[in-house]
Amino acid sequence: MRSLWLDLEPLLDQVQRPARYIGGEEGARPAAHGPGKVAWLLCYPDSYEVGLPNQGLQILYEILNERHDAVAERAYAPWGDLEALMRQQDLPLFSVDTHLGAGEFDILAFNLSSELVYTNVLNLIDLAGVAVRAADRTDGDLLIGAGGHCAFNPEPLADFVDFFVLGDGEEVVGEINETVADRRAAGRHGILEALARLEGVYVPAAFEVTRRGEVTPRWPGVPDTVEKRTIASLGDWPYPKRQLVPLTEVVHDRLNVEVFRGCTRGCRFCQAGMITRPVRERPADQVRTMIDEGLRRTGYDEVALTSLSTADFSGIEDLVAEVVGPADDGAGGAGCPAVTVSLPSLRVDAFTVGLAAELQRARRTGLTFAPEAGSWRLRQVINKLISTEDLEAAVEGAFSQGWRRVKLYFLVGLPTETDEDVLGIATLARRCVEVGRRHVRGASVTVSVGGFVPKPQTPFQWFGQNTTEELRRKIALLADDLRADRSVKLKWHDPEATLVEGLASRGDRRLGAVIEDVWRSGGTFQEWSEHFDYRLWLDAMERHGLSIEDYAYRHRSGTEALPWDHLSAGLHKDFLWQDWQDALAGSGLEDCRWTPCYDCGACTGYGIEHVVASALPPAGGSQGTGQNLLQPGPVPVQLRKTRPLAGVS
Amino acid sequence: MRVRLRWSKQGKIRFCGHRDAARIWERAVRRAELPVAYSQGFSPRPRISFGLALATGQESVAEYLDVDLRVSPEEIFGWAACMPERLSGALPDGMAVTDACPLRPGAASLQEAVTSCIWEFAVAEAEAAFAAEWVERVRSAESLPLQRERKGRTTTSDVRTAVGDLHILDASVGSVLVAELGTKPRAVRPAEFLRLIAPPLAAGRVRRLHQLITRDGERYEPLAPEAGALAPAGDALAAASTGAVPAAQQEVCAR
Repeated sequence: MRSLWLDLEPLLDQVQRPARYIGGEEGARPAAHGPGKVAWLLCYPDSYEVGLPNQGLQILYEILNERHDAVAERAYAPWGDLEALMRQQDLPLFSVDTHLGAGEFDILAFNLSSELVYTNVLNLIDLAGVAVRAADRTDGDLLIGAGGHCAFNPEPLADFVDFFVLGDGEEVVGEINETVADRRAAGRHGILEALARLEGVYVPAAFEVTRRGEVTPRWPGVPDTVEKRTIASLGDWPYPKRQLVPLTEVVHDRLNVEVFRGCTRGCRFCQAGMITRPVRERPADQVRTMIDEGLRRTGYDEVALTSLSTADFSGIEDLVAEVVGPADDGAGGAGCPAVTVSLPSLRVDAFTVGLAAELQRARRTGLTFAPEAGSWRLRQVINKLISTEDLEAAVEGAFSQGWRRVKLYFLVGLPTETDEDVLGIATLARRCVEVGRRHVRGASVTVSVGGFVPKPQTPFQWFGQNTTEELRRKIALLADDLRADRSVKLKWHDPEATLVEGLASRGDRRLGAVIEDVWRSGGTFQEWSEHFDYRLWLDAMERHGLSIEDYAYRHRSGTEALPWDHLSAGLHKDFLWQDWQDALAGSGLEDCRWTPCYDCGACTGYGIEHVVASALPPAGGSQGTGQNLLQPGPVPVQLRKTRPLAGVS
Repeated sequence: MRVRLRWSKQGKIRFCGHRDAARIWERAVRRAELPVAYSQGFSPRPRISFGLALATGQESVAEYLDVDLRVSPEEIFGWAACMPERLSGALPDGMAVTDACPLRPGAASLQEAVTSCIWEFAVAEAEAAFAAEWVERVRSAESLPLQRERKGRTTTSDVRTAVGDLHILDASVGSVLVAELGTKPRAVRPAEFLRLIAPPLAAGRVRRLHQLITRDGERYEPLAPEAGALAPAGDALAAASTGAVPAAQQEVCAR
């Protein structure tokens, strides 16, 4: 094995931000390759700055390197300037740890957290020196794997990736490693055949697409439906133990501690909340240890408590108070500033003045709340059950504790949305400014608007997304309404990127040709607005005879086959369909973490359950019921039910 | 109390820029658990003053910085003595602290005080003859006009007096050109130096060897007593062990 460092070094004098290619981060493991070890190259298919903080890859990097029969290194997408030089000099994709070429590894594994990185995946496979199409690869070639949220509809990448992992990777990554080690002699086909039998592993070559669009097994011994993997207890997996500390600036440059995984708030647009059920809290003591040790080891002065809705963590106020330190001084003792705690995802109905007071004692980070929709009616449709009063109380909490600006996140293009709902965003924003002015003279609100993309494995998977024209019209409506308002700043996401995301999100195998086409035409780094090229996608769709209407805009029927029907996140399809019908009827559904089970399938199907320390929502919040759920007693279910609840105990 | 450190940056980490290095330093002082002073205000930061920036890709064995500690004058020698080892352990591979000494209150900052730097440029075997000739031409030039751009305006100035001693030495691979370049009123950068006479000299790795303070015709290292250091460089540890600091502080060093 030969390190490519001496070949790369002279190139690094010629490129932007060369520090992203040198490795050497605190926490990086010395890679010990050896005979009998399966060598993984874990790759984030975007730039180092975006990819390094990814917690999923860092967790697998540690778990694999702790094994005696595995070794893992990391790679990121080289920026265009370096890629051009590498291609000129015939240098392959390399690991940043020891600068080995990708060809020295057994498995090249990608994290897929956004559809817009798909063309980068193809580019990196090509840069790794193997055939882009899986069918063209032979024995001894790299195995290409992928996991992450997009793996719940991987069909657009089915022709390029050898195997996908559904769900939590902590356990299954070891099983994959053993399978590859054991079956090495069986060749590529033999390895894939064995991988296809592992629970949670989907091998696209083992399945074929019927004329009706159903994806069915074509290899013997392969299950009809691939079920996701779920770890029962987060406390058993205290990773990353040694979070990587980059030598150059990256996004989310701070200590990150995952406080729970899964969310059962049941927001119908939210794929993350649907596919990661049930809720598994990390034991509070373990969280404390991970924060203490992490801060000491890394030298960071900021910690983010990550999850899909961190204020729902049992005992969150006490935890934050402890991390920030004693009231008169910071955690580091006399004169040391307090540790900054950031809570990246906050529900307004769980954000209290007490929490705001704790947070503000250190450096104030930005506060973002996500009401998602401008009216209570629409929030019932999407099951984001927060009332205007909840929002006002949260915003009041923030401004009264010294914040001068809060950020509100909304979606446009939601099912049943009317112009009134859209304008409701402006009304809410202005109301928040009013509340803020009671406390801060220059109170302001930033409204950030994204276009809604229906995602697989959610109740909205049947919904036809708004056209780019419609999204643009709605955003213009909002911009017009807010034009005169200086205290409300409006930002929005490019509707054309929203459309492309939508094509890939619910695409089928035929879309693979489009992705390949866009990549071959130079369309990489599509997540970056300066590189996103809408024209390439439109042209490729047309060249391959595929219609945008068919893929993105039309509503899908309850009887048609969906390209991801053979893959399961545990949720029963009839549960999702019923939830979709409830949505159209404007009827909400409570959080099952604190209320009885409605048998979505995620717990019962896998014989696991919620791991929650508190039987009540930590901050109360009304969940739209208008009652404080912190009061003990029967759960105040006031919401309309349009269906019998199966499995209520 | 202020402590001045000498540190090095060599190998792969030379590709980290000045801003990256500053962030690495902030984390390192926290990891080393030093009683560092923090700035006031909305976003408190450890009080560290960096000297002249080193360009991304260049190496150095003579970087300096000043860091403020929240300790008494009696304790400062003990802290300074243990800083090289403690900080080197908290810094990434390729960065190390090679010396530390407390500063006299009111000592001039590095930015103000340093008047020249000595640089080493790697010269490839094939370039050796050209390099010798190029150096001769620089030495004998009566003026060395340098065109520079700043804020969109191009200015030309004669930097003849800023270019000091030049000589070529044999190195293990090829040879090296050693050059002293002034920093006042405006520093002549290594890249600028290499294009002072056309055609420009192609050089490989660039390394800063020294930063110097010239006063009354004498040259001092920034860690010299004449530059404000409270003990001769290298003597901080001796001062600590002769009982000039309380025993408790010596234990700090041993920890």
